[in-house]
Amino acid sequence: MNTQGLTFKQIRKKLSGKTVGIAGAGGLGSNCAISLARVGLGNLVIVDFDVVSEGNLNRQYYFHEQIGQKKVLALKENIQRISKDVKVEIHDLKLGPDGILRIFKACDVIVEAFDRADMKQMILETVLGEVPNMPIVAGLGMAGWGDNESIHFRKEGMLYICGDEKNEIAGDNPPLAPRVGMVANMQANTVLEILLK
Amino acid sequence: MKITLNNREEIFDADELTINDLLKTKNYTFHLMITKVNGKLFRKEERDKAKIHDGDNVAVIHMISGG
Repeated sequence: MNTQGLTFKQIRKKLSGKTVGIAGAGGLGSNCAISLARVGLGNLVIVDFDVVSEGNLNRQYYFHEQIGQKKVLALKENIQRISKDVKVEIHDLKLGPDGILRIFKACDVIVEAFDRADMKQMILETVLGEVPNMPIVAGLGMAGWGDNESIHFRKEGMLYICGDEKNEIAGDNPPLAPRVGMVANMQANTVLEILLK
Repeated sequence: MKITLNNREEIFDADELTINDLLKTKNYTFHLMITKVNGKLFRKEERDKAKIHDGDNVAVIHMISGG
């Protein structure tokens, strides 16, 4: 372990001027955003079109009474209950290539936090192809339980990959809080590594 | 030729392969992937033309659902 030599106060100061884009406010996005807010990130830009449902509560950072609310509104509220310091910009829409390039333009890092594989491909191809200098942190593979040792991290140019890169979601392999939280926090940890460099 | 595929050295009995040849040889049949050669992104429709040569660094990243 390398000692990075920054106090929490210095970390917060460094992070206060930074902006992170979160594409998707489900299991990965909601948990990752909460962690980044806790450590003192200055600005979050969160995009999702969905509403909170009961089935989301097995892994996503929402509460029972928020069922039926727009995820971006509910997540903003939950974040600001933890920290008043972070500025949270929200967009209630379904992201496509144009939206990604427009909404995340001023971000220092983008977090890929979609659930569907085709959406993951869409954002990764858009960012790697159109803004190749933008760091993007993807969550690939976290369904099921146990199997801790398969979750890993690797860097492929400006693409940072967190996950087991094998476990797809299925009826008999659902995404659950522990492993989704692990990957979401691995993504947040990767964001810190990029921003505190 | 010797290439680096996902950070591992691999030897192929050919002087040149397209990305699609490589995917077929490696039996990568997954339908959603990101493919990069020497850091450059090649989309699905470009994989038939994009050539891989000795010494190239190739990344094939599978899009695993869940989040």
